Amino acid sequence: MNCCSIVRTKNNPWLHRFAVLLAVSVLGLLCVGGLVTSHGAGMAVPDWPNTFGYNMFFFPISKWVGGIFYEHSHRLYASAVGFLTIILAAWLWIKEERRWLRWLGVFALFAVVLQGVLGGLRVVWMKDQIGIFHAALAQMFFCLVCAIALFSARWWTEGQPHLVNSPALATVRKLAIFGSVLIFLQLLLGATMRHQHAGLAIPDFPAAYGRFWPATDPASVARYNQLRAEVIALNPITSSQIWLQMAHRIVAVSILIVVGCTATVGLRSVARPFRSLLWAWSALILIQLGLGAATIWTNKSADVATAHVAVGGLSLATAVLLVLMSSRVLRGELSSVEPERAPVESFGQRQEVPA
Amino acid sequence: MKSYITGLSVAILAGSLQVGSAAEISGKVTLKGDPKPEVPIDLGPMCGPLHPGGEKVTTRHFVVGPDHGLANVFVYIKEGAKKGGEPAEQPLLDQKGCLYEPYVLGAMTGKPVKIRNSDPLMHNVHATPKNNPEFNFAQALQGQVNEKAFTTPEVLVRMKCDVHPWMFAYIGVCDHPYYAVTGKDGSFKIPNVPAGNYTIEAFHLKAGAKAEKLTLSDSDKKTLNFELNAP
Repeated sequence: MNCCSIVRTKNNPWLHRFAVLLAVSVLGLLCVGGLVTSHGAGMAVPDWPNTFGYNMFFFPISKWVGGIFYEHSHRLYASAVGFLTIILAAWLWIKEERRWLRWLGVFALFAVVLQGVLGGLRVVWMKDQIGIFHAALAQMFFCLVCAIALFSARWWTEGQPHLVNSPALATVRKLAIFGSVLIFLQLLLGATMRHQHAGLAIPDFPAAYGRFWPATDPASVARYNQLRAEVIALNPITSSQIWLQMAHRIVAVSILIVVGCTATVGLRSVARPFRSLLWAWSALILIQLGLGAATIWTNKSADVATAHVAVGGLSLATAVLLVLMSSRVLRGELSSVEPERAPVESFGQRQEVPA
Repeated sequence: MKSYITGLSVAILAGSLQVGSAAEISGKVTLKGDPKPEVPIDLGPMCGPLHPGGEKVTTRHFVVGPDHGLANVFVYIKEGAKKGGEPAEQPLLDQKGCLYEPYVLGAMTGKPVKIRNSDPLMHNVHATPKNNPEFNFAQALQGQVNEKAFTTPEVLVRMKCDVHPWMFAYIGVCDHPYYAVTGKDGSFKIPNVPAGNYTIEAFHLKAGAKAEKLTLSDSDKKTLNFELNAP
């Protein structure tokens, strides 16, 4: 036996804890990044990767003022998350037995690098559209890191023999998949709305310009712009932005219905970990609806709007975890017995261990 | 010598006739109706001290004088003007007290606009035009001056500071020098306009726009008044 070989295994409790730490950090980054857009500070630092000509790690704190504070601290936080992701990917590569999970760590690393490049290009190319991809990838990256945390958890690796398939769980899984798709669509709509930088396209709720469906003819839209007394620089409202917001409201109701159905089916019929997830998912969606309304009622207060972004990310991640966990049980993998002659894979070598 | 003096006199006379033949358009823009009140701006701890004495700073969507004169209206020849010429002076967009001054400014295509930071604070100058290239640069030092020119006519180009989000102003860009911005009393003057047939437009960001046709002869001094409606 090589005295220096590191044994790969799928039971790495500290690796799992680190993955959870990274997931929590990414949630924080969603908030910090959300604050940048909520404060309209995305272009407050006109250069990248430097900051006003300084190396970004040496930009004087005395100059972190106004919009610069949000954008610059976002870049620093993102760098820290990138560093943590490097550690996770390396740790997985060295210690994790499952090849697919090792490569998932590498994929996470590529994703976070891509995310950094997208953020930088959005600034130097002055393209708001890149901001939409940046926002969407942020949410997907959060779900990916949560999934890695799940895959490295004992719940996933050791099995839960008491959990069994059930028709209710199969239905919950299907509804959760549908809910995940709807939530992701909703996040895309929200990101598109936010990166129009036009403020609130519809300033009231639940009505829309005092009606069930707002007028979007050119004369009405011109009047909306004339009547708006914006305090910060906002792009003019357009009819397409109004339609986007109406679509966002409609999808919100759809998500509420889907999550309600999922909870109704699952809460009485499925086992405890799934019931907890369903309760959490339902609570998050109700909170998200409240935050959406509050975003409008507070005239898009930056803190409220950012909380709306963060809870949206949590809602999606919860749905994804529900899908993954229910899939694991439904495939019967958790109730399978570990094979007697399990190959133990050393880092760089593969050895057969006799029973 | 005699022929030289004669020639010089003829040249001076011809020049004065040319200047004298240029027309002028002046007038006033007024606002009918009462606009919504302006919103106070919270300048924060960095910019607040630049307005001593508790001076209140508000938005500037409708700056209306006592006799309903409407300020910050961009009045310009929309149709009929030949391209080219020289503006009377180089336009200057200044940043003072974390506000752009003036709120509305006129400029010509191809002619540089001076942009100055008069504040002891960092600003960034971010133009968000529709027809011209976007630009965004920092002005970190007090007294720093940069120049930028626009290539395409556009009414109006928004300028903003992303460090201080309440800072924004507008530049009307024409391919000729015949434009003006109304003052606090709503009055404007466009001098040295060649004879011709024109469409003059008064454009206000919130009150909308109105256009009038006008024929100018040499040395005409015409008055054109516009009345815009509060939304």
